Order: sequence, then structure tokens, then C-alpha cells
Amino acid sequence: MGDRALSRRGFLAASAAAGLGMTALSGCGGDSDGGSSDGTTTVEWWNISTTEPAKTVWAGLAKKFEAQNPKVKIKIVQLENDAYKSKMTALTASGKLPDIFHTWGGGVLKQQVDAGLVEDLTDRTKPWADALLPVAKKPYILDDKTYAIPFDIGMVGFWYNKALFEQAGISTPPTTWNGFLDAVRKLKAKGITPLALGGKEKWPGMYYWAYLSMRTAGIDALQKASDDKDFTAPGFVQAGQHLKDLVQLQPFQKGFLGAAYSTPTGEAATVGNGKAAMELMGQWAPSVQADQGKGLGKNLGFFPFPAVEGGRGAITEVFGGGGGHALRKGAPQAAVDFLKFFASESTDTELVRKTGTIPVVPGAESALSDPNIKAVQAQLKAATGFQLFLDQAYAPAVGQEVNDSVAALIAGSKSPEQVAQSITKTAKEEQ
Amino acid sequence: MTSTSSTFLPDKRSGPSVELPPPDADFARGRARRRLLNWLTAVGFQVPALVLFIGLVLLPMLFALYAAFFRWGGFGMPSDYAGTDNFTRLFQDPVFLGDLWRCLVLVGLSLALQLPFALALAVALNQRLRGRAVYRMLFFAPYVLSEAITGVLFSMVFAPGDGLADHVLGAVGLDGLGGEWFADPSYVMATLFLVMTWKYFGFHMMLYLAGLQSIPAELTEAALIDGAGPWQRFRNVTLPLLAPTLRISVFLSVIGAIQLFDLVWVITQGGPDHHSETMAVTMFQYGFKRYQVGYASAISVVMFGICLVFALAYQRFVLRRDLEGATTNMRGDGK
Repeated sequence: MGDRALSRRGFLAASAAAGLGMTALSGCGGDSDGGSSDGTTTVEWWNISTTEPAKTVWAGLAKKFEAQNPKVKIKIVQLENDAYKSKMTALTASGKLPDIFHTWGGGVLKQQVDAGLVEDLTDRTKPWADALLPVAKKPYILDDKTYAIPFDIGMVGFWYNKALFEQAGISTPPTTWNGFLDAVRKLKAKGITPLALGGKEKWPGMYYWAYLSMRTAGIDALQKASDDKDFTAPGFVQAGQHLKDLVQLQPFQKGFLGAAYSTPTGEAATVGNGKAAMELMGQWAPSVQADQGKGLGKNLGFFPFPAVEGGRGAITEVFGGGGGHALRKGAPQAAVDFLKFFASESTDTELVRKTGTIPVVPGAESALSDPNIKAVQAQLKAATGFQLFLDQAYAPAVGQEVNDSVAALIAGSKSPEQVAQSITKTAKEEQ
Repeated sequence: MTSTSSTFLPDKRSGPSVELPPPDADFARGRARRRLLNWLTAVGFQVPALVLFIGLVLLPMLFALYAAFFRWGGFGMPSDYAGTDNFTRLFQDPVFLGDLWRCLVLVGLSLALQLPFALALAVALNQRLRGRAVYRMLFFAPYVLSEAITGVLFSMVFAPGDGLADHVLGAVGLDGLGGEWFADPSYVMATLFLVMTWKYFGFHMMLYLAGLQSIPAELTEAALIDGAGPWQRFRNVTLPLLAPTLRISVFLSVIGAIQLFDLVWVITQGGPDHHSETMAVTMFQYGFKRYQVGYASAISVVMFGICLVFALAYQRFVLRRDLEGATTNMRGDGK
């Protein structure tokens, strides 16, 4: 008898012990049921605008839409970037997505579409969506079908501190990779930390490798590598080598391997507080710098990622992505109405003016006032090529492997060749 | 006491059966019916808990075991059968092998440093000491904090250059000892262990205190009269009588180390460059970042296997003596 109690207890203890491991994977989901008996439709809207001023502005826009459509209630659910991705993974596995949800397009959206969870918006939005900026729509068009409507488009580039550049005697921002490395050396010589990097989160480091790959191997090669599941072309290894050259100059802030992006001790705050001269970041950088740190104000400048000598890519090719809203399969008409409202000229003008997004409606361009955002927009308009963020363009496992391998390269534990091989290996494992 | 008194009393367990009338057919049928009724009542009461347990624990576990044999992205049902590929891949993955090694290191450090530290404090706080209630509360407080809060707190304390740790070291002239803490691949595990110790020593200390208080003072006094010194009293009286508590505390500590997730995830996400990754973190990375749910399930199955084997072996070989005789462990042989 003692023995039976014993083994049962052992089993319970063990199952409790492993409970975390097993149940964590079984996933869990929230529900989003619209419609009620009194004729009002509740539309759930999931977004990642957790920082000001976007948070308040978006809530205001939802109120405005409700005022125009008395029969519709908008329920806003806001989640921080990474939390949102995890939550959406769980929801996707459970087979039901929120009515309106944030999407970056690319690989994740494709998986959700393949699982039959996303509404095809091609015909329902055609009358008004045709007028939107073509480059902004690109991430959400899969097999010639539109699955989401953009509200923002942006690109990655170097955000720099003009005062620190002046202090180091750099008069104009570098346009070539060698010029860039020289600038890094000059800053270091003056005792200034040249670059801030959020190494813990891995994706900020990936930007360097991605841009260098675009500049050396070219945008077409990035697409081809993904299709052929082969990233071992010489251009990718060279890109890794260029990044290694940069890392060997020790350009990053103290403890960058453990730093996050948007915390009070993270990458954005380091630049925003004037403790590092540059960061390679998307168009949202100024607002996060001001949110987590003091912000640089007039001292903040923007320059595109330099060209690499002898490489296939041009300095006018941009790497970036935007934000869009997709609808779950079978979402109510009110959700489509909301997308139309959100992509109207008056809404976009308000977004541009108050939250610093880049206009996706041509008529909203006049609302741009910030010189840095204007510089980004000029780059985007004049772009001769566009590459979506790698962790969004590729299948999630491949995107994560790029992040992971590049992080290892920056930490010094993988060679440029090993980075190319690891990514290829993961790409081949995905069917 | 109990054993002496039982010799004077008739054996209770055999008592009622002696008074039973000789069994006839009717009676046997009635007894069978009553037994069935009892059984049904018992089942009836168990149904809600059983449904929850099967639906939320057992089935997901079996499903994870099933999914571990597929290449599966988490959408729809698994269909791409992969045999034992996921497991072969797992045991060739340097990150996972590193996880196992780091798990061993954490277990070793916990047993060698954290638990003795907790024991020393418990013994100290079991003495008559001014304000010992305050100390007990203070030392136990970290355990009450959630792991996420602890993680955020210590990311700030150990922020390179700006953190409290560097400032404190700087203030006492030990700047040289400050470093990159969580950002340095060679020190991240040591720093993490420091935080783990801070978080959990209070819990083990409380266990030990409870154990110490159940040791009769007469025994220590008797040892004192026999001329035993403080170390001898600790070694020959306190430690043997505390052994059951120690064994439970070791068990909890090991299982905790195998499953470590929250702290690591909040502080380092397993970095830099996988140097603080644990099995649970790797599982999360593959399950929720890479959508390779089949592979992640294989990791969870291995974790489960390790926990199960450890738990069963530990129960069988280490905890057996504690559970066997319950409280009558004073046979004098100390084993």
C-alpha cells in the first residue's frame, strides 16, 4: 500500500514538474465575438501602439469612428511588440484571430493566410485602396491578392547625433562602407561610443547583416536565396565579413550584448541620452529615443545605409517595412468600414501630424513637418528597390535563424561562413 | 510511545472482521451492492477534477508526445511524420546540449552553495536572537516577489555601468569587480545564479526552520549534558533529524533548476549568444518564435522525461525512508 501511494505521488510530482513544459505548448486563446442582440457590432482591434503619442491618438480615432457609426463598438486590445507576436502565435494555432489585427506582412501573414484565417480584401477594398502608396502595400500582397491595408511604411537607416559627429570632426555623413568605418574610428578616437545596439533582442543586429547583404549580394539575391534555400553565395559571406570588420572596431556601447531596445537602459535610450553617436533603426527611432531617453531634438539626423564598394546594391535601395491591418476570415462589414476610415486622407493626415508616421495616402504628404521624417520619406519615394524586414519576409524559423546567427557573429562565436551555413541549414529544414 | 501502547490494545484492524456473522449469499450480494454504490459515489465526486485533469493536463501532454514525432508548424493537425528526427536533431544541437550542461551546473551550484547557505541562516535564526522575526521576514520576502518582477529588478541592478551593482562596487573602491554582468558570456551564469539564490534561499530557509522547530529540545539538551560541542550537536543531532526536510528541499531545488524559465526569459532571453539558455527557453524559442512546434514538443518531452526519471528515482531511493515509517523515525539507527 505504501508503495502505491508512493508511486502515485511520484507521478503527480513529476507531472506537476513537467506541467509547465507541456501545457505551455498546448496554447491558449482569447475570443473575439462580435455582434449582439441589440444590433450593435463589437469589433475587436488588436494593435501594438503601446507608446505615446500613438496610443492616445489611436484611441481618439476609434472614438471618432464610433461617433460616425453609432451601431459599432471598437474594442481596442494593445500589446507590446513581442508579447503581441507570442499571443498571435497562440491564437493562430487555436484557429481564430481578432477581427482587426496588426500585421507586418511577409512570412507570418502568409502562414495565417495558408491556414485559411485571413480575409481576402482584394475586391472589398479595391475602390479606395488603389490610391494608396504602392510601396506601402507591397508587404501584404501575396499571390496578387491583398490581405491587409497599410497605415504606415518606413525604412531603416542610421540615426545620428549631429553634435557628436561635429565633435569628432565628421562634416558629412558617410556614403560608403569604408567611409562609415572611418567615421566609427574617428568617433572612437574622441572617446565617443559610435553605435548603440540592443544585442539581447537580436533583431537590431540583423539590420546590419541584411543591409550589407543587400549592398553586396543585391536584393534579387536575397529573394533567390530564400526561394532556393541557399544562402551560401559569396555575397552573403562577404556581408558577414564586412559586419565582422565593424564588430572588430568595438563600436558598441558597454554591455550591448545584454541591452534591450526600448528600455531606460536600452539602445534607443543610449542614443537619446547622447551616450552613443548612432543607431541603425527604423523610422520610429526618434519617438522611442524621446520616450525612453531625453531625445536629441534638433541634433538628430538621418542618413541612408552606405553603399559597399564593389557591391551589387545601390545606396537608394531601402530595407524596411510598415504596419498594416488585416481582418480575420469572416470579420463583420464594420471591420472593412473601419479600414477604409483608417486609410482616409483625414485619418492619415492626423496620423502623420500627431504620431510621425509616413503617409500612405498621397494627399496626407503635406502634413509632414519633421525634417527627419521628411528625409526618410524622400528616401522612400526615390527608392529604386525595396526589401521587407527579413524576419518578416522569410518563414519564421529562417527569420529567427538569421537573427540568431548574426547575433552569434556579433558576439564573436560564428564566422561569416558559419552564419551563411546555419541560415541555409534552417531554410532547408523548412519544407 | 505508539508502539508501546499498541501492545496493550487488541489489534484494531482485525477486530471488526472477527465480530462479523458468517457470510451467507444474501449478505454477500448486499455487500457487493454497497461496495458498488460507494465506488459510484467516489467516482461521482471525482468526475469534475478528473475531467479537468484529463482535459488540461493529460491530453495536452499526450498530444505533445504525439506532435514530437512530426514536423509541425502549429497550424491544423500534424501530418508530416518525421519519426525520431526531432530527437536525433535535438541531441546534435549544441544549444540543447549546452542547455543540459547548464542545467547540471545550476543543480550543482544550488546543492553546493544555495542550500548550505539557507541551512546556515536557518540554524542561525533558530537561536534566541533579538529581532529574529524581522530577519526571517526579510529573508523570505524575495520569494514572495514574482519572477518577472525579480527579473526586471535585477536587469536594472546589473545594468553595465549605470546599475546599482556597479555604483555600490564603485563606492567601496572595487570598481574593478564591476563588469558587464548579464552581458558577458563568461559571467552571465554566475550572475544569474546570484539572482536565483537571492530569490530562493528564503524559501529553503523557511523549510529548514520548520524542520528545526520540530526537533525536540530535549535531544539537544541531552547531547549538551553528554558533553557534545556545538559542531557535534549540529552534526549528530540536528542534521540527522533534519534529513527528511533536506531531502525534500533538494528535490524541489533540482526540479526548479530543470524547469527554470521566467527569470532567464525576462533578464537575458537566454543570451548573450545562448550562454544562459535553459531547456525551457529553447523550447519557447522554437515553439513560439520559430513555429517549429514539433521540434519544441520534442524538447518538452525530453524535459518531461528528465523530470519523471529524476522524480521517480528520487522517490524510490532517497525519499523512501521518509515516507515509509512516517513520523516514527527514532529507531536509533539513524537510517
